[in-house]
Amino acid sequence: MTALRPDLAVIAENVAAGSSVLDVGCGDGTLLAALRDEKHCDTRGMELVPANVGACVARGLSVIQGDADRDTVFYPDKSVDYAILSQTLQTTMRPDLVLDELLRIGEKAFVSFPNFAFWRVRFSLLLRGRMPITRMLPVVWYQTPNIHHVTIQDFRRLLKDRGITIEGNWFLSGDTSCRTAAANFLAEHAIFLLSRAA
Amino acid sequence: MRHAEFDSGCLIREAVALSIKVSMATAHIIDPTQVLTLDEPLTLDSGQTLPGVEIAYETHGRLNAAKDNAILICHALTGDHHVVSDHPLTGKPGWWVRMVGPGKPINTDRYFIICANVIGSCMGSTGPASLAPDGEPWAMRFPVITIRDMVRGHVALLDSLEIDTLHAVVGGSMGGMQTLSLAANFPERARAVLVLASTARHSAQNIGFHELGRQAIMADNSWREGDYYGFEDSPEKGLAVARMAAHITYLSEEGLTKKFGRRLQDRSEKTFGFDADFQIESYLRYQGISFSNRFDANSYLYITRAMDYFDLAEEHGGRLANAFRRSKARFCLVSFDTDWLYPTSASRTVVQALNAAGKPVSFVELSAPYGHDSFLLDVPALDRVVAGFLG
Repeated sequence: MTALRPDLAVIAENVAAGSSVLDVGCGDGTLLAALRDEKHCDTRGMELVPANVGACVARGLSVIQGDADRDTVFYPDKSVDYAILSQTLQTTMRPDLVLDELLRIGEKAFVSFPNFAFWRVRFSLLLRGRMPITRMLPVVWYQTPNIHHVTIQDFRRLLKDRGITIEGNWFLSGDTSCRTAAANFLAEHAIFLLSRAA
Repeated sequence: MRHAEFDSGCLIREAVALSIKVSMATAHIIDPTQVLTLDEPLTLDSGQTLPGVEIAYETHGRLNAAKDNAILICHALTGDHHVVSDHPLTGKPGWWVRMVGPGKPINTDRYFIICANVIGSCMGSTGPASLAPDGEPWAMRFPVITIRDMVRGHVALLDSLEIDTLHAVVGGSMGGMQTLSLAANFPERARAVLVLASTARHSAQNIGFHELGRQAIMADNSWREGDYYGFEDSPEKGLAVARMAAHITYLSEEGLTKKFGRRLQDRSEKTFGFDADFQIESYLRYQGISFSNRFDANSYLYITRAMDYFDLAEEHGGRLANAFRRSKARFCLVSFDTDWLYPTSASRTVVQALNAAGKPVSFVELSAPYGHDSFLLDVPALDRVVAGFLG
């Protein structure tokens, strides 16, 4: 699974073989195809952009055009083993509600996001006094789809407030993993595996 | 004051003359139609039975030894089985040549394509213009049929071809209703279900437009309570009006504006009369007349009725998800952003039901300017989805 984006590779490695998954914001279906072909998962996806849905269908994937903020409500409770939200949380209108939805639909949820407290982001803001433009956040403030920037600390606080359990977490700087202790400073993006006691 | 007459525009007269010439010139066309006659009467949703049912169909490509590469294509309200062959009356190419053929999204090099005329129609399958056992046309004695009855006809055809399970069943508009009905009522007969610009139930608006068309036919004195077959005149004017109204629902406002706007027809000024001053009027009159030349008014009554009665949830205890419980098929639904006849919300309702039933389903709303008719027209994104889904 070396071809996958680093955060997707982490998710793919940690999904149990043969499980069922829903990828919300699945893009062109790269992760779903890898999970189907290499982990024999029962896959389904949701994606906002019609051309991406077409690409997914052409790969033989089952993908529905829909909006992470609105259209997850039509999936039954606990209908998949994993609900996945990769690099999409910060683009939703209400990340907290989306998180609730993921854990309603999935027994567990993988959530990955760019860490806004990454040191390069911090220095960019501190020194230049302008909204950071980095490799993970490449778009100017008025065009970026990232409307709810979040740090690892913020996310952990949200999980605590919502009574959500962290089953696993992985932190990446570029393609390499970094230590949990200083993750909020050193990690470019974060991946969490979550669950919620019934 | 002059009355608006259908022959008032010179464009219309020319067009009709042209279409007659064309049909004469193409009289030598080889029609690949085959006809199956059912041994047993068909039992219908109404409780009645229909004896001596004939089903006209055509096939393309080759059925493999395992008989597992067949795709059934279901046609729309005024369509027929001439999916890629030239139409015997109009000489025009089949209605889906852009989608079906060698190397096309529905690839006849790989798949065995079947397209059957629905019962109730007038293009070869048994309908109200066919002869009843007493030797007279059925006319309004023909039993009211449903979408599911049409599908029963298709299934009888599959049985006769010894095809247990289709690779896919595909349809747009009323064809999509048949694909959904087949998936729900004969879940073992198709492994993939592709539904384009369709719905699981006819809305009040849908029924309203159909009723307008039916009343236009019935208000035509030539209709004679349906018994017009022995006469020289038939309810052509009523049928033409029905088609004109329906045709508007197949197009988008954007499409009409782009194609016609308020442009005048072969004149520089308005005539202060009721001629077809506007291009849109001339166009609709032409559509109405050319349609009434090729279609039977009673068939139009029966088929629109079948569509109005369609409510897949109602057939399955009021819950649409229940309709798909027994299905093992993959589903794909496509809607178009300018289709206001069967809008995206109608497709989403089906998608939500399939989700609730835990079935593998894909759905995409494509952007196209042509309204409901987009599924028949040049939309490259649709080609990619169809080819990708069928594999």
